[in-house]
Amino acid sequence: MSGDHHHPAEVAPIERRVAALEDALVERGVVDRDSIDQFVRMYEHDIGPMNGARVVARAWVDDAYRARLLADGTAAIAELGYGGPEGGHVVVVENTDTVHNVVVCTLCSCYPWPLLGLPPNWYKSPPYRSRVVREPRAVLVEMGCDLPDGVEVRVWDSSAEARYLVLPARPAGSDALAEEQLAELVTRDSMIGVARL
Amino acid sequence: MDGIHDLGGIEGFGDIDPEADEPLFHADWERRMWGLALSTFFAGLSNGGQFRHSIERMDAVHYLTSPYYEHWLTGIATGVVESGLVTAGELERRARGAFPLSRESRVVSGSEAPHDAPGRREPCELAVGARVRVARVPTRGHTRCPRYVRGRIGTIVRVDPPSSLPDLEAHGDARRVEPSYCVRFEAREVWGDSAAAAADAVHVDLWATYLEPVEPAERA
Repeated sequence: MSGDHHHPAEVAPIERRVAALEDALVERGVVDRDSIDQFVRMYEHDIGPMNGARVVARAWVDDAYRARLLADGTAAIAELGYGGPEGGHVVVVENTDTVHNVVVCTLCSCYPWPLLGLPPNWYKSPPYRSRVVREPRAVLVEMGCDLPDGVEVRVWDSSAEARYLVLPARPAGSDALAEEQLAELVTRDSMIGVARL
Repeated sequence: MDGIHDLGGIEGFGDIDPEADEPLFHADWERRMWGLALSTFFAGLSNGGQFRHSIERMDAVHYLTSPYYEHWLTGIATGVVESGLVTAGELERRARGAFPLSRESRVVSGSEAPHDAPGRREPCELAVGARVRVARVPTRGHTRCPRYVRGRIGTIVRVDPPSSLPDLEAHGDARRVEPSYCVRFEAREVWGDSAAAAADAVHVDLWATYLEPVEPAERA
């Protein structure tokens, strides 16, 4: 730089800023790189919507499990081995012929990690967070989720400790399918409540 | 604080734009940032209130124009600088360029949290079915009480176990553990008659501190 005036330094590229923070914290022993790698691998391979799908399929084939799931989601998902960060208080809300549920976090991006993994970008984005509480029907139509007439829409804003999972309705014509096959039908979006099966 | 993060009901953001077959991370820096963030949570570097507030204090334009995991980077970097663990200068030196951080907190201690303002009552114990109004207290610091329900009347549909009030834990050593409540608000109560379908409802989870019981005489 030359001359009398100072130019503000250019913002460092995001890659270098992340590396700077990581290096500073590793050097101080606050975090270690192996743990970072392990956390990433866990969420890339073991924790994701397939977990929630297993919970949903179990609820579809086992009425007693479904009742436990709706009464105490945290305990019921623990029966299948699920829990951990963002899973300390799980509430399951059930779609029926007359009620459709949809989940959001308007203040940040709270999401039931043990069951769905990490949220997609649209879930964390201002359009979804701002609109789904105010015009849920328009948002659902826009996302390809058409509701039959007479269905009440219930929006759940995850503003405290509870993390919500939608229990979608079992698709028509799936009577012959076994639990594992049923789990394959369950999509992430159906468990957020922006799709029906 | 009435920040840009408090998005419920704001208009002007346009269409939702889902990405087909979206990858879990879009770039390696997102992957590193996410693993780093989770590591700092387990290391106890910040509590939930501190972490969220460090992001809420981002410059509003920066918040809206940066990718999601940049929020986490900016918030966590702000936290470690404010705690004295790392200096802003070191981060800029390592990054070889400017490293934007969040704005300073406008609350200097937990005692300035709004629910401790003079005359504020103790939070009350409420039951399912109770009618409540959301308090309209000003908040300069962290809160989990969204703007769009303040002053609105709703009905408690679920009582959740006591937990630490974020408004306090974000700003100092003081803690208050109290129940939170899932409150159902009819869409028309929140958005007005023309805006919403009569049958629809939005549920918001609110700590006891944010709520005032509605007297039967007010219910008409």
